[in-house]
Amino acid sequence: MSEVKIVNQDKLRKRQGKLKGRIVDPAARAEIAAVLGKTSRAKDLLIEHLHKIQDKFGHISAQHLAALADEMKLSQTEAYEVATFYHHFDVIKEGETPPPALTVRVCDSVTCDMFGAQALIKDLKASLGNGIRVQSVPCVGRCNLAPVAVVGQNPVDNATVQSVKTQVQAKTVTAPITDYISYQQYLVESGYELYKDCIAGKRNAEDIIKIMENSGLRGLGGAGFPVGRKWRIVAGYAAPRYMAVNIDEGEPGTFKDRHYLELDPHRFLEGMLIAAWAVGIAKIWIYLRDEYAGCRQILEKELTNLKKNPPANMPDIELRRGAGAYICGEESAMVESIEGKRGMPRLRPPFLAEVGLFGRPTLEHNMESVYWVRDIVEKGAEWFTAHGRHERKGLRSFSISGRVKKPGVHLAPAGITMRELINEYCDGMLDGHEFYGYFPGGASGGILPADMGDIPLDFDTLNQYGCFIGSAAVIVFSQHDRARDLALNSLKFFEDESCGQCTPCRAGTAKAVQLMQKTTWDQPLLNELSGAMMDASICGLGQAAPNPISCVIKYFPQELMSRN
Amino acid sequence: MNAPINLSNTIAFNLNGNKVEAFEGETILQAAKRNGIEIPHLCYMEGMRPDGNCRSCMVEIKGERVLAPSCCRAPKPDMEVISNNERALASQKIVLELLLADMPKQDYKPDNELTYWAKKLKVSNPRFEPRMSPDADLSNAAIAVNLDACIQCTRCVRACREEQVNDVIGYAFRGEHSEIVFDMGDPMGDSTCVTCGECVQACPTGALAPAKNAAQIVPDKKVDSVCPYCGVGCQLTYHVKDNHIIQVVGRDGPANHGRLCVKGRYGFDYSKHQHRLTTPLIRRKDALKSETYSVDPANPLAAFREATWDEALDFAANGFKKIKAEKGRLALAGFGSAKGSNEEAYLFQKLVRTGFGSNNVDHCTRLCHASSVVALLEGVGSGAVSNPVADVQYSDVIVIIGANPIVNHPVAATFIKNAVKKGAKLILIDPRRTELARLATHYLPFKPDTDVALLNALLHVIVTEGLVDEKFVAERTENYAALKENIQGYSPEVMGPICGIDAETIKQVARLYAKSKASIILWGMGISQHVHGTDNARCLIALSMVTGQVGRRGTGLHPLRGQNNVQGASDVGLIPMSFPDYVRVDNPEAHAKFEKLWGTELDSKPGLTVVEIIDAAVDGKITGMYIEGENPAMSDPNTHHARLGLSRLEHLVVQDIFMTETAYLADVILPASTHAEKLGTFTNTDRLVQIGRPAMTLPGDARQDLWIIQEIGKRLGLDWNYAGPKDVFNEMRLAMPSIAGITWERLESEGAVTYPCEQEGDPGQEVIFEDDFPRPNGRAKLVPADIIHADERPDADYPMVLVTGRMLEHWHTGSMTRRSGVLDAIEPAPIASIHPLDLDAEGAKAGDILTIESRRGSIALIARADDGIPRGSVFIAFCYYEAAANLLTNPALDPFAKIAEVKYCAVRLTKGGDIPTKLGYHSEAAVA
Repeated sequence: MSEVKIVNQDKLRKRQGKLKGRIVDPAARAEIAAVLGKTSRAKDLLIEHLHKIQDKFGHISAQHLAALADEMKLSQTEAYEVATFYHHFDVIKEGETPPPALTVRVCDSVTCDMFGAQALIKDLKASLGNGIRVQSVPCVGRCNLAPVAVVGQNPVDNATVQSVKTQVQAKTVTAPITDYISYQQYLVESGYELYKDCIAGKRNAEDIIKIMENSGLRGLGGAGFPVGRKWRIVAGYAAPRYMAVNIDEGEPGTFKDRHYLELDPHRFLEGMLIAAWAVGIAKIWIYLRDEYAGCRQILEKELTNLKKNPPANMPDIELRRGAGAYICGEESAMVESIEGKRGMPRLRPPFLAEVGLFGRPTLEHNMESVYWVRDIVEKGAEWFTAHGRHERKGLRSFSISGRVKKPGVHLAPAGITMRELINEYCDGMLDGHEFYGYFPGGASGGILPADMGDIPLDFDTLNQYGCFIGSAAVIVFSQHDRARDLALNSLKFFEDESCGQCTPCRAGTAKAVQLMQKTTWDQPLLNELSGAMMDASICGLGQAAPNPISCVIKYFPQELMSRN
Repeated sequence: MNAPINLSNTIAFNLNGNKVEAFEGETILQAAKRNGIEIPHLCYMEGMRPDGNCRSCMVEIKGERVLAPSCCRAPKPDMEVISNNERALASQKIVLELLLADMPKQDYKPDNELTYWAKKLKVSNPRFEPRMSPDADLSNAAIAVNLDACIQCTRCVRACREEQVNDVIGYAFRGEHSEIVFDMGDPMGDSTCVTCGECVQACPTGALAPAKNAAQIVPDKKVDSVCPYCGVGCQLTYHVKDNHIIQVVGRDGPANHGRLCVKGRYGFDYSKHQHRLTTPLIRRKDALKSETYSVDPANPLAAFREATWDEALDFAANGFKKIKAEKGRLALAGFGSAKGSNEEAYLFQKLVRTGFGSNNVDHCTRLCHASSVVALLEGVGSGAVSNPVADVQYSDVIVIIGANPIVNHPVAATFIKNAVKKGAKLILIDPRRTELARLATHYLPFKPDTDVALLNALLHVIVTEGLVDEKFVAERTENYAALKENIQGYSPEVMGPICGIDAETIKQVARLYAKSKASIILWGMGISQHVHGTDNARCLIALSMVTGQVGRRGTGLHPLRGQNNVQGASDVGLIPMSFPDYVRVDNPEAHAKFEKLWGTELDSKPGLTVVEIIDAAVDGKITGMYIEGENPAMSDPNTHHARLGLSRLEHLVVQDIFMTETAYLADVILPASTHAEKLGTFTNTDRLVQIGRPAMTLPGDARQDLWIIQEIGKRLGLDWNYAGPKDVFNEMRLAMPSIAGITWERLESEGAVTYPCEQEGDPGQEVIFEDDFPRPNGRAKLVPADIIHADERPDADYPMVLVTGRMLEHWHTGSMTRRSGVLDAIEPAPIASIHPLDLDAEGAKAGDILTIESRRGSIALIARADDGIPRGSVFIAFCYYEAAANLLTNPALDPFAKIAEVKYCAVRLTKGGDIPTKLGYHSEAAVA
């Protein structure tokens, strides 16, 4: 109480001359008002607005962020915690340096790592100089063309230092657009006839739902929930009901959604609309990962075309951008993101079907799940179930990458084995590479050795081995690779992508990486940790993250025995 | 908030092999706890929405693939739950071990919950490597931030964002990089943090803890009491060591539910300030009084000499007796305290009425809600609120007009914010864009002084669009015809340009208010402190009556009472026109009742009010005053005039805890007790009577206020023998039907009782006017109002408007809070808030010194840029003695309530001036 306080008057006046906290300057306010224009300031558009700022200025300054918060009647921290959650936003505080105008993003996930991503990153940093930012980023969904470096928004496949440098120097920073089936072409090939029939009442919703149930089609994003059953469940809840289409394809090794989007976007849109009609949906949100800039241009264009000249009545469709967060591929985290918040998965129950977007019952689907609706309904459930191998039914789009001659999206019978895929679809292993092991379902689906390469690949068939098919993202590796290194790569991925909400995942993935980086793994401790993560994490990321660890311990013990 | 628990419905389920009953709405964790089974938990805190993120409470539910968080799951009939098998324990322990691995070696507080559970489950010596430790952030004067002890449970986030809704704390970044941030990752002391301390109270590990390790000190005792500051009446617990309060913790009282604000939580140290008066003082003959006379509170002996209590009390009483004999009883007056207890206030007014022999007794309500009370007494027959603040949870529409509760009733504001977040619509009517505007569905920045124009326009819409509750008007009001006639000329189209709100908005707001299922109006000084304050309040009453928005949950009229006991002080008759319980002194029945009760003749003529008494002092008509716990030399309008009046008194007795500006002019000073040193009852804004208990003994020779008043009373010839506050309270019950049913014992055991409570056994009525109004015919009276302008409007010489008010960190005249380390550290210097463009126009910028002058005085302060202040006006709080705002204010009075127009007068601004090099009351502090 009786401390001698020497007060500097200038400092005092400066401090007391302002309200608490960061004051928004009028110039920043004006700039933000200009950027937002007349668009709605509704809170759920926060991420969309952050993109506008990042796109225009190359970063998001604290002043702009504060001005945006003000415009949207948010507090500064509400805007800040969202902006800093997503890796595509560069929040630059006072006194910090904004990033250079151009960023080259080099993927360092499983397949790209196998194909020399680390060396590429190091060499690019050295040779591109300080004027260019080189960033390691997680899977960009082009694993069949590894390694990949994205110059601005322009992906450089099978990248080398030279090929990247060429693009940088040419300043080619936009994504090339693939040759896809346009709206006109799609219509010519009887596109939207089925949808028109539905709207006109020529088809019956109950019948359509039954067809979907009979087809046995299960969610193709990873969770595998039966599609028809989901429609029935959501339709049973009171209106208004919403729909969310998940194109946040982020599981390392997966690129099938991009593949179909770049080929035939309207087939997915029609399937989406039929689902919306059958279930009774008032509004649809499509959530597209931000790394798919080319797909975004396609979708924006085609949605505009569709809305300008709709085949029949359609519910509102809103396209939303992800912002660099794998966790937003988790359905409830995606819903949070559409609501303008951090992508933190929700605790279940209640499930999305009952309480989803904005508190309403929500139908959530992976893009590919609705991509097949038209085919299944037109050709019949039996057409779909007639496919299959080893007593499994249906078709599956496998995204295959790694040490094979023909990586890419291969549509194959469900239940096919790894070996069969390599031999029948991929033209065998790359020269000099022997089949040693594989990821059956992306980084989270576990790792199996070659001598378990004859297991049918489908839902339910891998669970007994501590693995799962997930999004059918298959990564094949050889004797030139080490399972423990690929497992460490996977865990680093999960550590980076963990949303941070719960202890087992947030702390568990970080501690697991520390343990896996040691020459000798503390296997009992890793197993204990894995058990807790599987049992106690809020969502699938934490629950599945230990799979690579358990698989290496179980199926690749030789790698852990001595200094390999 | 948690789902409400329904005690009448139980659910039987199986827990660890045993049959257990859960109440409907309980979670597995809560049911387990109640049945003696402890499941570890960290992110769950009772009273807060459960978040289920720490994952230490995992249990196995039969049939489920993974474990479930017991804090977030409700039991279903026959559910089988196991919390203690190998699988559940394995997860619980790994979670604790993971968290423990990242903790610092030392605990920041003794009751660290992680330490507790780790010990309980025998988890120690973590086998994981620690993370990188963040640095400490000690930038906030009251709160130490040590995030190396953070377990990311987000209890602080929920405390800040969901309970207090101050929206400062965020959970930024992702994964292992996730961190608790303030604003945008700014040091806490530089952020918008208001230091309410809710986060500290919520933090399980002490990552957020009281500064200077205060939480590490083990208290000798804990005393349950109430906060001394505002009318919300938060319940709290003092942690005391060696007769010092070391920490204040929120308690679950009806008005606050555990929440506190920065003043209540951190403003407790003023009691021990070195300026505390500890001996009676008598003025020295050479210390001649004048309106500008001042005393350095650090050196009272420059103007006074010490005296014994007997000498001082005799001197005090004799001075009054002399004046009474020579000049008559009307030459005496008393100002009692709205901060003292009900018992003190009751005795004080009794002393004036039976000892001095007149009704010249008043207190600072005159400067505050006097106009609201007059309008309410006239309109509904009762001067208190109709519904408690907590009723906003039942409201669909909340109107806040002329009030800034975030600053002046912070904890009450949190409940308003909670209601808005749950869907209630907030209509904020205030020329200043205050922080609440962000949450308002409708924000009406009307022009200062145009309240009646706007309110009558709202009435116009309601009447002309058929939105009147005809039944209610017909059955429960009178004089509607006159009101209806009067508002004809007040259409929104005509009033719009006058009040600055467009007609369409006026209509939308009127419709919203009228049509909602439950609308409530809360108001403050913006309504009351005008020469038309009574008219303003009349309009608010009319709005609620014509729409039937009164007499039910979630509706009604709530003038937010400022002082912690201003409601009580008025209730017990510390006002010139009424005896206790608002019966007029010139009412024959009441007069007879009190003559009988007090056994003496009483004056039946209403006495003078605060400003009138000062005027009478200036004129020499009043020559003796007894001022207790009030500081009119700072709080009265037109300070020069007020101090002139006080200096002209022949005999001024000041009873206070500090050498206030009023005490500078005293003839004798009697050192009294602070709130935390006394036992007494205090009535908050909700009509809640609460008990305040002493936590410390008195310093030096300071005495209890109650004892001092009694001693003076005795010396005036009054036969008083009250043993303590309980005796006084019991007499109050005889005097006041409203509290007749409240026993002292009930107050001691329950802590709080709402009045009216007329019979013992009555629970106490929160919502009143359900069936009728306490007026002769049971009906509310509608009183039309017309536009009256402010007394002194801007002109060429004084072109700007001065609005006075308060600040969050400082209380009223600053005598207490300027002497509190934390509070004064946050706001140490006088400031004037002004729109940045108005600053530009003066060629000044934020931080410059401005001189503000009115016809009555001139002060210099630091300019604070605030674009929420309306153009052409300046806002100054009246808490800085270095730049007393009331030197500028206009003592023009509302004719009915005699309240001064401190919310509006004309001033001019110039850049330049000096502020003192020594600020505040830390007399050693120097300015470099």
